[in-house]
Amino acid sequence: MATTTQVDLPNGPGAAAILAAGIGCAALGVFALLGDAFPGIASFFKFYMPTGPLSGVTTSAIVVWLAAWFSFAKAWADRNVNLGKVCAAAFALLLVGFALTFPPIMDLLQGK
Amino acid sequence: MEISWRDLLTVMHGMGFGALFMLAFTGAIAEIYRMSAAGTASPPAERDQALLRIYLAGMVALAWLTVFSGAYIVYPWYRALPPAGTTDLSAFPQRLLLSSPTTSGWHDLGMEWKEHVAWIAPIAMTMVAYVYWKYASQLNRHMDLRRAVLAFTVAAFIATGVAGAFGAFLNKYAPVRGGATIHLMKGE
Repeated sequence: MATTTQVDLPNGPGAAAILAAGIGCAALGVFALLGDAFPGIASFFKFYMPTGPLSGVTTSAIVVWLAAWFSFAKAWADRNVNLGKVCAAAFALLLVGFALTFPPIMDLLQGK
Repeated sequence: MEISWRDLLTVMHGMGFGALFMLAFTGAIAEIYRMSAAGTASPPAERDQALLRIYLAGMVALAWLTVFSGAYIVYPWYRALPPAGTTDLSAFPQRLLLSSPTTSGWHDLGMEWKEHVAWIAPIAMTMVAYVYWKYASQLNRHMDLRRAVLAFTVAAFIATGVAGAFGAFLNKYAPVRGGATIHLMKGE
């Protein structure tokens, strides 16, 4: 009887996706805060005028997220990494994203 | 029975894409947990894995459709500026909300939060779908991967809940209306 053995995949590609998602969420929060705090940056983020700065904030966050994903995926393609540390960093970055998109925290950081 | 073009597209954004995406979370969270729980005696069947892969891919598509339709179709109508001297602000939802201290918070807190936090959901769910697509039956051997996938799914659910709830309230206090009128059926 033939048997098949499933080879363990390295955790690197998964870790890369998780960390990049955290980075993308944090980038979203940082860009939202910068756009809210500085009129010049808000003006720069107007990639599509009818949508205003939101278009640049979100497009830039997506670019950062995908670039980070691509970079980490390439570096960790065949590796096993310390997933505990990667996940802790990703969760911290996710929380940064949530915090910086919350208007009262944005206002607090700007001293409004 | 009539509906305006903008109403129709707003309903498609909120109910067609957003609410369907939100409903899908219960199934996704339950299935990811069930099929990858530590101590699972055997990996899930190929058919079950394939089904969840398709289910998650569908969620990712709905998530991106929701945020893009919101940001690039509905939001420009919401934030449009009225011509100088306009007194009837009903066609300018953002200005209508900001015109009164009893409603301005719906924009200052509600829309300002919703328009940004909503984007966490598609980013998180794309990652979740990718990780499940790649590891599937091996997730029960990667405890940290499993935890991260579940945590980001819950985070996406929270972000969607915030965006969806404020979207519903905003559309109640300052609905996005206008454009061509579509006749759906004739009344009695």
